[in-house]
Amino acid sequence: MRYAMAIDTKKCVGCADCVVACQTENNVPHGYSRDWIVENVAGTYPNLNMIFRSERCNQCNNAPCVRCCPTGASHIVEGGIVLVTHDDCIGCSACIEACPYDARYIHPDGYVDKCTFCIQRVDKGQNPACVDVCPTYSLHFGDLDDPNSAVSKALKGRSWYVLAPEAGTEPQLYYLT
Amino acid sequence: MIVSGRNIPGIDPYLNMWHWQIALYLFLGGLAAGILFFAAYFVVRGKEKEMPATVKWATIIAPVVLVIGLAALFSDLYHKLYFWRLYTTIRFTSPMSWGAWTLMLITPLSVVWVASYLKEMFPEWDWKFGFLNSFEKWVIKNRISFAWIMMILSIILGVYTGILLSAFNARPLWNTSILGPLFLVSGFSTGLAAIMWVSNNEHERRVLSKIDLIFIAIELFLIIHLFMGFMAGTAVKLEAFKLFLGGPFTVSFWVFVVLLGLIFPGVLEILELSGYHVPRWVPAFLILFGGLMFRFVMVEAGQITRFLY
Repeated sequence: MRYAMAIDTKKCVGCADCVVACQTENNVPHGYSRDWIVENVAGTYPNLNMIFRSERCNQCNNAPCVRCCPTGASHIVEGGIVLVTHDDCIGCSACIEACPYDARYIHPDGYVDKCTFCIQRVDKGQNPACVDVCPTYSLHFGDLDDPNSAVSKALKGRSWYVLAPEAGTEPQLYYLT
Repeated sequence: MIVSGRNIPGIDPYLNMWHWQIALYLFLGGLAAGILFFAAYFVVRGKEKEMPATVKWATIIAPVVLVIGLAALFSDLYHKLYFWRLYTTIRFTSPMSWGAWTLMLITPLSVVWVASYLKEMFPEWDWKFGFLNSFEKWVIKNRISFAWIMMILSIILGVYTGILLSAFNARPLWNTSILGPLFLVSGFSTGLAAIMWVSNNEHERRVLSKIDLIFIAIELFLIIHLFMGFMAGTAVKLEAFKLFLGGPFTVSFWVFVVLLGLIFPGVLEILELSGYHVPRWVPAFLILFGGLMFRFVMVEAGQITRFLY
């Protein structure tokens, strides 16, 4: 089993509904967010190209945050989701320094917090909150090993890229183009 | 690239999670490693009598700065009450984990080292308890073994201060394998400087000066290699290099670290060795200052560098 997410940059309008849904679902403290929108404009006027990207933890296969954690608080569970055990975390920030995607932050209570792919929902067979709430259906979640999952179907026949593949992290967020 | 809707403390607009505490600790860790290494080295070589400051007096500094360094590290944790979790596991992929264990071993060892010389330094010293006296006798009897263990641990401690940073591939400035040796050499050089400051024995200072000159030369050599690596590197490495070549860290690095912290004290040491009178605190202070500055620059600049996407 390998959970992953496909994000359709052709459909995303940057409304940030995924951000709000996540904050509500996971009680993310005010001023923090586990997912966010990047607005990327490239090119020279008048030939400009703008895309929106909904970003979050990439749930990497080769996760540098897990590698550098001195206590084992950061760990990978079945399905490849990277989690942090709050009571094992000493708040040393090593994982934050190690993350090429700046996906982690220090929760005001002291421990490190991050996107969990809404594991409390996924365990019940539901989608992460951001996926379910997306008004343009640009987010697709599921098991890559299952050819009939939403993410496998979304990736089929489309071209995609991942962020900073040169970091060697094998990220599991696929941006469809 | 515009990131909308996110302004998380310490992370946006650029990463700044590690502060002066980490830089100070990396400096003090290297300093203690240097002092302890040379104390142990000269004991193993059987030159205890010739090098009184190196083996005895200067080692008093080591446990003090280690404790200050540990306090600084502790103060930069965000989940402080759980710090003991470091010592319920060993994770070899995490330099911070085995570094914490090294500190756990070398800090008490440095206290034992100093304690075993207290009677020689202060003849009227009395341990008051019988078991402490017998422990002292046992330590003095096994001093060479202690010295070997301390030499190895101090090398690990010195390298660890660099590997702690170089293990992060997300920060291109840090992610170079030369950082471990560079921090080791720099730490040993600051250790030598501290010993030279303490020592009032002419012969001892000359020996230390000569060793320190070699270390300064190696450090300059490694710094050149570091930047050659960046220049031949990928886009992110070039970005990191630009911080030091026209970027915000140009003056603090080339003037304060390289010129005032390495070349100038090196020249002063050469003058001293060829017979000129140089106040002994001047080169020592400059080397210590340069070492501290170097850690501050690396910690601050490294966090700015990142992958571009």
